[in-house]
Order: sequence, then C-alpha cells, then structure tokens
Amino acid sequence: MLRYALKRLISLAVSLLVASVIIFIAVEIVPGDPASYMLGLNAQPDTVAQLREELGLNVSPVERYVSWVWGMVQGDFGTSYTYRTPVAEMIWQRGQVSLPLALFALLISTAIAIPLGVIAAGRRGTGVDVGLSTATQFGIAVPNFWLGIMMVLLFSVSLQWFSAGGFPGWQAGFWLALKSLVLPAIALAVPQAAILTRIMRSSLLDTLGEDFMRTARAKGLSRNQALWRHAFRNALIPVLTIIGLQFSFLIAGGIIIEQVFYLPGLGRLVLQSINARDLIVVESVVMVLVFAVIVVNFAVDLAYAAVDPRLRRRV
Amino acid sequence: MMKLVKSLALGAAMAFAMGVAPAMAAKDMVTVGLQLEPPHLDPTSAAAGAIDQVVYSNVFEGLTRFAADGSVIPGLAKSWEISDDGLTYTFMLHDGVTFHDGTTMDAEDVKFSLDRARGEKSANAQKPLYVGISAIDVVDPLTVKITLAKPNGAFLFNLAWGDAVIVAPESIEDIKTAPVGTGAFTFDRWLQGDSITLARNENYWGKPAALSGATFKFISDPSAAFAALMAEDIDVFANFPAPENLGQFEADPRFQVLVGQTEGETLLAINNKQPPFDNLKVRQALAYAIDPQSIIDGAMYGLGTPIGSHFAPHHPAYVDLTSNVSHDPQKAKALLAEAGYENGFTARLMLPPTAYARRGGEIIAAQLREVGVETEITNVEWAQWLEQAFRGKDYDLTIISHTEPLDIGIYARPEYYFQYGNAAFNGVIAELDVTSDPQKRTALLQQAQRLLAEDQVNVFLFQLANPVVARTGIEGLWKDAPTQAVDLTGVSWTK
Repeated sequence: MLRYALKRLISLAVSLLVASVIIFIAVEIVPGDPASYMLGLNAQPDTVAQLREELGLNVSPVERYVSWVWGMVQGDFGTSYTYRTPVAEMIWQRGQVSLPLALFALLISTAIAIPLGVIAAGRRGTGVDVGLSTATQFGIAVPNFWLGIMMVLLFSVSLQWFSAGGFPGWQAGFWLALKSLVLPAIALAVPQAAILTRIMRSSLLDTLGEDFMRTARAKGLSRNQALWRHAFRNALIPVLTIIGLQFSFLIAGGIIIEQVFYLPGLGRLVLQSINARDLIVVESVVMVLVFAVIVVNFAVDLAYAAVDPRLRRRV
Repeated sequence: MMKLVKSLALGAAMAFAMGVAPAMAAKDMVTVGLQLEPPHLDPTSAAAGAIDQVVYSNVFEGLTRFAADGSVIPGLAKSWEISDDGLTYTFMLHDGVTFHDGTTMDAEDVKFSLDRARGEKSANAQKPLYVGISAIDVVDPLTVKITLAKPNGAFLFNLAWGDAVIVAPESIEDIKTAPVGTGAFTFDRWLQGDSITLARNENYWGKPAALSGATFKFISDPSAAFAALMAEDIDVFANFPAPENLGQFEADPRFQVLVGQTEGETLLAINNKQPPFDNLKVRQALAYAIDPQSIIDGAMYGLGTPIGSHFAPHHPAYVDLTSNVSHDPQKAKALLAEAGYENGFTARLMLPPTAYARRGGEIIAAQLREVGVETEITNVEWAQWLEQAFRGKDYDLTIISHTEPLDIGIYARPEYYFQYGNAAFNGVIAELDVTSDPQKRTALLQQAQRLLAEDQVNVFLFQLANPVVARTGIEGLWKDAPTQAVDLTGVSWTK
C-alpha cells in the first residue's frame, strides 16, 4: 500500500514537472514582450529596457524557468508583471469564483442527469425515453456560451431577475454572490447534464442486462427494486469517470462563460494575461489547473473504490 | 407573531438580496462600464488607456489638465508665468491641497513627480515629453520653477497628460494597487477582474463632486456590454464597443447616446522603406484604391470622420485635406502601372484585434484586390503587433489607430515603424517644438499635415469616434475624449 502511494506520488511529481516544462516553453515562444505592451506606442527603447530590468526579464529563460519552478516548490508563484501583485494571491482570488462556479455547475448537471438517466433507462423504448434522448441531443448540440447569451437576454434584459453578469464577491453576502453564479452555472451545466444523462442511461441499461440482474428478478424483486438495489450502484462507475472529467473541464473550460458573464475567474485571468503577455501569471495559472486536474483524477480513483468494494482489494 | 416578524425580516433580507433596496436609494452613484481593466492604477508608469479612464482627474491631478473640449486649463497650478525666452515656467500652486492620505501637496511633490517622470530610472510611457526639462526648483512651498533645455510650445499641454500627474513620495510605494492622489474621488477598492470603486473625497480642495461614489465595471465582450446596459446593471458605458447596437439605445427612452470625437487617427499604416512601398506612386495608388467612407460605414456603422492627414478634425489647426485623394480605382491602377506594377503585387496586411482593424481589413483587402493588389491577412494580438510591426518593423501594411493627442511629431522620430524619414518634415517638427507663438504653431502644424498628405506616408482613414451610452438623466459626461478619461468630477443625476 505504501509502495503504491509512493509510486503514485512520484508519477504525480513527474507529470507536474513535464507539464511545467511544456507550459514554460509554449508560453515563452509566443512573440510579444510584456514591457513593450505596457508602455505602448510612445515609449522610447530605453524606457522599455528600464522596465524589463525592473521586471526581471533581462535574465535568460533557463534562469527564469528555474526560479519559477523553485518558487512554486516553496509555494511562491512570483509577482505578476502587469498587476504587480503576487500571483498566488490572484489565483486565490480568482479561484474563489471559478471553483464554486464549477462545483455549482457540476451539482446542477448531476442533479439533472442522474434522475433523468435512470428514468430513461427504466422506461427504455417508451415515449419518455425518446423524448429525453431528443432533449439530450439538443443539450449536447447547444454551445454553452450561446445558451448563456440567451439566458441573459431573457432573465436579465427582459425580466431583470438577475444581473447580466459580474461578481459582487463573497464578502457582499453569500446569497448575493451565489445568485450571480446561477445563470453561468446553468449555462455550463446544461451541455454537461445532457452528456451525463446519456452515460447514465446507457450504463444502467448495460447493467440491467447482466446475469445478476436476472437473478435478482428471479428472486422475486420488482423491476424497480432490482434497479435501485442492484443495478444503480454498479452503473455509477462510468458516470463517476465522466463527472471527474467534467469537473476538470469545468474549472479550466469556464473561460468562455466567464467572458460572457464577465466573471473575474481564472479563465478570464488567463485570457487577460495572455493578451498582456503577463507570462508568469499564464504559466502559474495553467500549472495550478494542471495540478487541479491531476488531483481530481486522484479523487475519482478514490471514489471508484468507495462505490465498488472490489476495487478496494485490488489497491 | 414572532414567526410573522421572522418571515418579514427574511422577506426584507431576500428583497435586499434580490437588489430591490439599492434601486430605492437616491441616485448619487454611477456604475461605468469599461472594456478593458487597468493592469494597475499608476498612470505615470504605463501607457494603458484603461488606467487613465479610471483615475484621470478623478483620483489624480496634474499641474494642468484637459477640459472636456480638449483645451488645457489650470489644474493643481492656479496660474503660471512663462519667461520671455520660453525657457522658464513658474507655477503658482493652489493652497490647501492635500493628498487622500492627509499629507500636504506642495512644490516638493511637484518636483518629485516630474523628476520621477524624466529621470534616468523613469518607466514613464511618455518620458520623451518630459526629458526636455533641465531643472525643477522649489521656490517656496506653493511656487515651483521649471526650466527647459529649449523652448517647448506644447509644454503645458504635455503636463496635462495623465502621465504627468502629481504623486507623493509618501505613497508612491503602493501606487499601483492603492493610488493616493489629490482628486475629487478617493480610491476605495478593487475587486480584481470585476470592478474598481471610488468614493467622493470629502476634503477635496476644489469644487466637490456631486456623486458620492462611482464603480467602474470591466466588461470586455461587446454583447455582454450590451446586455449589462439593457439589464440596467450599469449606467454608463464609455467608448461602447458594439456600434451596431447604438440604434437600439437611441430608440430606447431609458438611454442617451453621445457620439463624440477621440484623438485616434486611424490609419492604414505603410512600411515606407519596404519595397514596393518606398515608391510614392504605389502609396498614392493605395490611397486612390481605398474608400475611407465605405470603411466607416461598413466597419464602424457610420461612426467616424474622414481625415486626409494625421490630424484630428476638431483641433483648431486642422486643415481639411480629404479631397486630396478621391476613391478612384482607375487612377490607382494607372499609378501602379507608372510605378511598374501593371500586374499588381502581393502584400502582407497585419490586423490587431480591434473591431476597426478586423472589420476594416476585410473591406480594404477587397478594395485593393480591385486594383490588382492581393493581400495576405494575418490576425495578431496586441503584444504580437507591438513586437513584430512596431518594434521589428516587419510588416507591409497594418491598420491602427494612434490615440495619443496631438501626436503628429511621431513622423519625425527616427526609426519609427512607418520608416518615413523626411528631412523637411523633421525640420518643421523641430521648429514646432521650440515655437510657442500660437499663430506660428498653427502654421507649422498645417505645414506638417500637408507634407504627410503629399508624401502619402500612410493611407489616412478616419478619426475614431467616441460613442458613449448613458442612462437618461446623467449629466456632465465628456462627449469627446481629448484624452482617454472618464472624468466624473462634473457628473450628476438630474433631480
């Protein structure tokens, strides 16, 4: 067990290191200089040079890479070139929008998808199943940013129930902050829910076709009893896999929705930083996202074991 | 009964949470939408217009300042005397001015601020405007004497820029995140990525602001900007990014639309040293091939004023040179043939991310194709544009708006990315720099405009408009944008 954990830890460290190299190189080769970006069209070359000096850009890329990685190991992500505030602080602030948003969206999508998937599988071939299948097809096809814009036009512009975007901050009050995340979370959740419904349905149907299900029915359980007691838990494994993947997607992929709803999240931070060539911010945020994805995958592995005792023994 | 009280309280809390309560409060705040968030709040160490949009005149003030019409009026200096040789400026400062942290603003602060802008270690984006200062002497706490190396007719104008605002040594350390100025508003807080809030400065030395506070909200997506106004989340949007929606706001009684001028000369910039563009006939051919009005209509939905040189039409020294070149593809072809390109050629067209460039680029490409010039369009981000076109001069054609006020002098800079280099023009600008007589200055500025038009350095497209959408009942907003600012000191709601 200890050896297993150690092995996983080493592989985690190696993936992070590889990721850091790739991210650093990818960001470095993009043309553009943060100092000239900041100083604009009227700046003299000597002023730009002065600013580069101030920002610590005059050292070689290798030196910058080493100091970046070494800083991260110690928990220091460096200081943003343009904002001049510690990157760790910025990530912490922006994460307070992106993480709750992703969780909220995941909650909505799971809350919609699991019951609908079960209903569709339980009533396979009926009008309900066909109806749900059509609806999920639409759900997958609709781009989330379009859905976001449509919801803004309906709920913000016409009905004025919600503000069209922005985030007041958690200090403005929990409900007020949560309210500002409702529309973006729904916009993010709907396409995910559609995918998840389909997975839930097909996974449950597969399980329902297993031999042990026939045994359960033969024991005298009703269709519904057999479904809930025996099929449901077994059908959850692939669903959990997808939920794990979706969560990673939602953290990193909220970028467009954050743009539509002008939310100060991580995605928007990355976008702003790329435009301003605030390389250190881009690198660090992407690194944190990579870390989040790896951790989520690890958590999903643990969740498998919780759902399926057989996997526990293999570990 | 207790239960009823509880549920009423809950209801009230809910109502507050739903945003009902703020709507009932008296209106003495505004929420202003801006497309770009400032990277930090120090106007003296970055070119970002977004910084000035928030802090210019609101938080920071200079010795002089721009008025809404673009004229230069006294700011922290109540008056000044200029010596006969034009070399010494003596500024008399307003008495009783304090910074937001309570410290006094005096001549020492002026010296500190300007020394910082012109100094060796200066990171000021407009440093060239202030290096001509040779000495700054504190005469007494309220008098400061500035000596120039040579006369500079635009000196008072240069001091009005956001880059020359007066800052204090006591608060300079944290200026980027907690700016301390002398203005009518104090910096309150910054929710990074979302908004910046200012509050009225109750100890302001001048006429206090009518608004008790203001919030700047950053909305980069044009359709989100539209929705935020329509949903009444914001009251004003400065430089509204979606001109196609202006008609809808004009028709809506809740809104007023102001379309003013900016200092942005929009150009099809030409690399004057890159063959075949080193040939005047080729540059003229481009000008005859392109119809600026169709770009104004097609790309800007009619917003914009045609220009014939690098000069703002609302400036008193403007000469109308738009009739120098007319839209005439036949003439363009003839000029190309004269230059030896009867079969045309292929050129690279680099487009930065703004709407005027991306949309205008398509139209220009089509019009150039008509006369036989094929274009290879490359879309770039700003940072890449700065690196490749501006710094590297590795481009043929690009579309760009030069938003600095009165910046015709850039054509005289050696190694500027237009690669113009005309000794006669440089002579005019050099003379202009040392001339302070208004009439002589006007004559020189006009001569400079004519030279640029004759040499067809660039294809001069149009002056960028400044569309502002605001709620009905807001008064005192700047219509024009003589500098990139949202000056809220004179803004109020009608009672």
